[in-house]
Amino acid sequence: MRSLDVDVVVIGGGSTGVGVVRDVAMRGYKAVLVDRVDLAQGTSGRFHGLLHSGGRYVVSDPNSARECAEENVIITRIQANAVETTGGLFVTGPDDDPEFGDKFLAGAAANGVAATEIAVAEALKREPRLNPGIKRAVSVHDGSVDGWQLVWTAAQSAKEYGAQILTYHKVTSIERDGDTVSAVMCHDAKTGEDVKIGCHFVLNCAGAWAGEIAGMAGCHDVQVVPGRGIMVAMNHRLVNSVVNRMIYPSDGDIIVPVHTVCIIGTTDVKAPDPDHLPIPHDEVQQMFDAGEVLVPGFRKARALHVWAGARPLVKDSRVGAGDTRHMSRGMSVLDHSERDGLKGLLTISGGKLTTYRLMAEHIVNAMEEQLGTPHPCRTADEVCPSGTTKDATYVPENYHVTHRLHDREHDRMHDQILCECELLSRRMFTDKLAELPNASLDDLRRQLRLGMGPCQGGFCTARAAGVAHEVGTVDTERATGLLRLFLEHRWLGLWPILYGDQVRQTALDNWIFSGTLDVEHLPEGAEVV
Amino acid sequence: MMFEPDSHEHDLLNRASLDHCVKCTICETQCPVAAVTPLFSGPKYVGPQAERFRHGESVDHSLDYCSSCGICTHVCPQGVHIAELNSVARAAMKADHMPLRDQLISRTTFMGMAMTPVAPIANAVLKFKPARIAVEKVVGIHRDAAMPTAHTQTLVGWLRGRTAPKAGSRGKLIFFHGCAQNYFEVETGIKTIEVLEHLGFEVIVPKQGCCGLPLQSNGIFDTARSWVRKLVAQLREAPQDLPIISCSTSCGGMLKHEANEILGVKDADLLEVGGRMRDICEFLLEMYDNGELDTSGWLPNQLTIPYHAPCQLRGQNIGTPAVQLMELVPGITVVESGAYCCGIAGTYGLKKEKYDVAMKVGKPVFDKVVAVNEGVAACDSETCRWQIEQATSVPTVHPIAFIHQAMGLSRLPVKTGS
Repeated sequence: MRSLDVDVVVIGGGSTGVGVVRDVAMRGYKAVLVDRVDLAQGTSGRFHGLLHSGGRYVVSDPNSARECAEENVIITRIQANAVETTGGLFVTGPDDDPEFGDKFLAGAAANGVAATEIAVAEALKREPRLNPGIKRAVSVHDGSVDGWQLVWTAAQSAKEYGAQILTYHKVTSIERDGDTVSAVMCHDAKTGEDVKIGCHFVLNCAGAWAGEIAGMAGCHDVQVVPGRGIMVAMNHRLVNSVVNRMIYPSDGDIIVPVHTVCIIGTTDVKAPDPDHLPIPHDEVQQMFDAGEVLVPGFRKARALHVWAGARPLVKDSRVGAGDTRHMSRGMSVLDHSERDGLKGLLTISGGKLTTYRLMAEHIVNAMEEQLGTPHPCRTADEVCPSGTTKDATYVPENYHVTHRLHDREHDRMHDQILCECELLSRRMFTDKLAELPNASLDDLRRQLRLGMGPCQGGFCTARAAGVAHEVGTVDTERATGLLRLFLEHRWLGLWPILYGDQVRQTALDNWIFSGTLDVEHLPEGAEVV
Repeated sequence: MMFEPDSHEHDLLNRASLDHCVKCTICETQCPVAAVTPLFSGPKYVGPQAERFRHGESVDHSLDYCSSCGICTHVCPQGVHIAELNSVARAAMKADHMPLRDQLISRTTFMGMAMTPVAPIANAVLKFKPARIAVEKVVGIHRDAAMPTAHTQTLVGWLRGRTAPKAGSRGKLIFFHGCAQNYFEVETGIKTIEVLEHLGFEVIVPKQGCCGLPLQSNGIFDTARSWVRKLVAQLREAPQDLPIISCSTSCGGMLKHEANEILGVKDADLLEVGGRMRDICEFLLEMYDNGELDTSGWLPNQLTIPYHAPCQLRGQNIGTPAVQLMELVPGITVVESGAYCCGIAGTYGLKKEKYDVAMKVGKPVFDKVVAVNEGVAACDSETCRWQIEQATSVPTVHPIAFIHQAMGLSRLPVKTGS
């Protein structure tokens, strides 16, 4: 057994956890973050990609609206390369109540959310595929954000302040010394080792899994309700700004342009287990119907991939226990010393990715209040390292969809393209692989967008596994296992949306992998996550 | 630069077709440019792949190495409008910095009008190496690229100066000569008219300007649209129930489908004119198939002719009527080039940075022409003829020349030898 000692253990490698570990480290504590899998593999990597302007909540949840508006500006500045400043529109559909627009504008004005009503003709000029039958349009500052980039740059910043990030470390128990937390026990899935992390404080940022973690410390009945939502990525950007329906928050009312795709979502259904999120057919159809309201012809466009995420919603006595749509998006900090008589443990839940930094600030403030050692929070003032360059003079700019095409234009004569759909060069792949030699192809996908385009790994998976083997990072057996595992994971998000163009693609991919390469009879790999 | 959202550049059609791409790479294996140079990343790359990364601007300037030959669209089994995607992306890229050279060579009528009055001088200058070197340096037209030969008389001038034959028994037709037949390929225009008149048609030649195709292939969309619309109006000045015959594959193809598919001109008038447009070989072979073309009196011609079907013909989806038509002449054997593209692709091969690529693209065509020819080669498209002739020194003519000769209309046999 390995052991280490720190001041603070942060549990959960989603946006909240990395925001917290960054904040803790910046305030001078020795900190470690643990996650059972990779960073942002849970909810933070399974969302719309929407960086809220606050518009979504101006009527239903004004406090969240105000927080979103403020944090949007901060995140766009401190994590520039994760954010595309697409702008957004709220539009009244042909059958929606136009009077909601008045409530919307009033709510925006009251909560500091920038919103300007524009002529329908102007909205259609900006987004030509929009339904010409829309009745009103309001322009807002919505953006799109890459949850993975956001999490890594925050983690990178935390590391610069001395924090350790331990991925694939599953918490097995939380130990106490009397009425105070004393250690967190983990199991390192990559090496098989057990790890004991001695500490004075534990911050539970496990999101939809926070109840389970609190339970390990003997604090039972922490009421986090996972709200399952499905999202569908379409093959290309049908809209270039975020398009929201100007109605009370509902299912399938947002389309977000993220990287090369646009994502429609989402549903919101109470999920009993955040590790098993089904993608029911009727919900997929519901998304396409909803897309058709905003962009006529949406159903005829090509769907690439579907996935489900679990929001960590706080149980709210004001709404029914099964109605996750109308539970608060707000955050709450549970103090287990008051609630359960255990010192040194706080649980945070609720909130949303846009406000992750603010959530971190809240929980770290609460921790320092208990410890009696207050420090100012500086996470809003300092830009996170870009994660793309070690050049100190580099000033990150906001992401733009043309960036990779621009980069490939410059290296096209001397570098191979590994993933054609997402224009990923061999060099980008081998550099990242050298940095993360234990990474699965899915880990690399989250970093590089490997296999996230139209062919969904049909052409790049074998190349990637082959290159990883060729450069000596993985042996034959592991390369085979990585290939199989990656294809299996891609398939999870493909079968529920197989129609039209994606069927032809999948058929071709299947002929290649099953018909030609006979992957089904390759040995299975040891890794399962 | 951003396009107006209601413009065709923003149109759903071309971009939506990228959804059909399954990455099969067939287009890349058939692209004649990608086969000869790494400078061009290939049609799949610059088409359905790169398009997903574009948002009103084209940062991938190497897409300009696409010659617009259209083979990619033609071979795509999934229906992706690859060449059209590239054309639109190129127009977006060039909207901000259009080279003077591309402005100049895409205005064929201007070149024709400027060169005709001083044809001998213009031709001499174009053959004078130091002048061509200067042109290459200043304007960017390659010193060795095939340039058209100017004539002292235009087709319109010839029509004006002649006494038209007595109206025939077969009714009227409209002839669309395009810029090339009027200024540079006057002889092809004359022969086409004479063949039609010999068959008993009365040929009407309304006043007509440029179709805008060179502007379009150089990405100058707005001017191209206004030119093609003007031409459509001119052609509709003539009786509107008559077939329109063209011996220029590229200009005919522009009216048949490119103005609609690439420029997005959806005017009913354009579609109506495009529907009446017939390639001369297509028209004559149709007559033959209907038993209306009597070849019994045709003069024999013991000749093996290398023939190249131009890319622009393929885009018309009419097959290769010239092959069968020429072989109706007793004694003629046609050997097809078997290659996709001669490299010129309109004005592509004229450009100094593209010239070497174009010559490599055309090499299989040139090799075939050199190996097979007995003094003459045939090709439907004028710019391809100039290119083949320049590269092989084999005189290259429009297929109609052999029909003209077989009908006994030619005072001299079709030019052979050089």
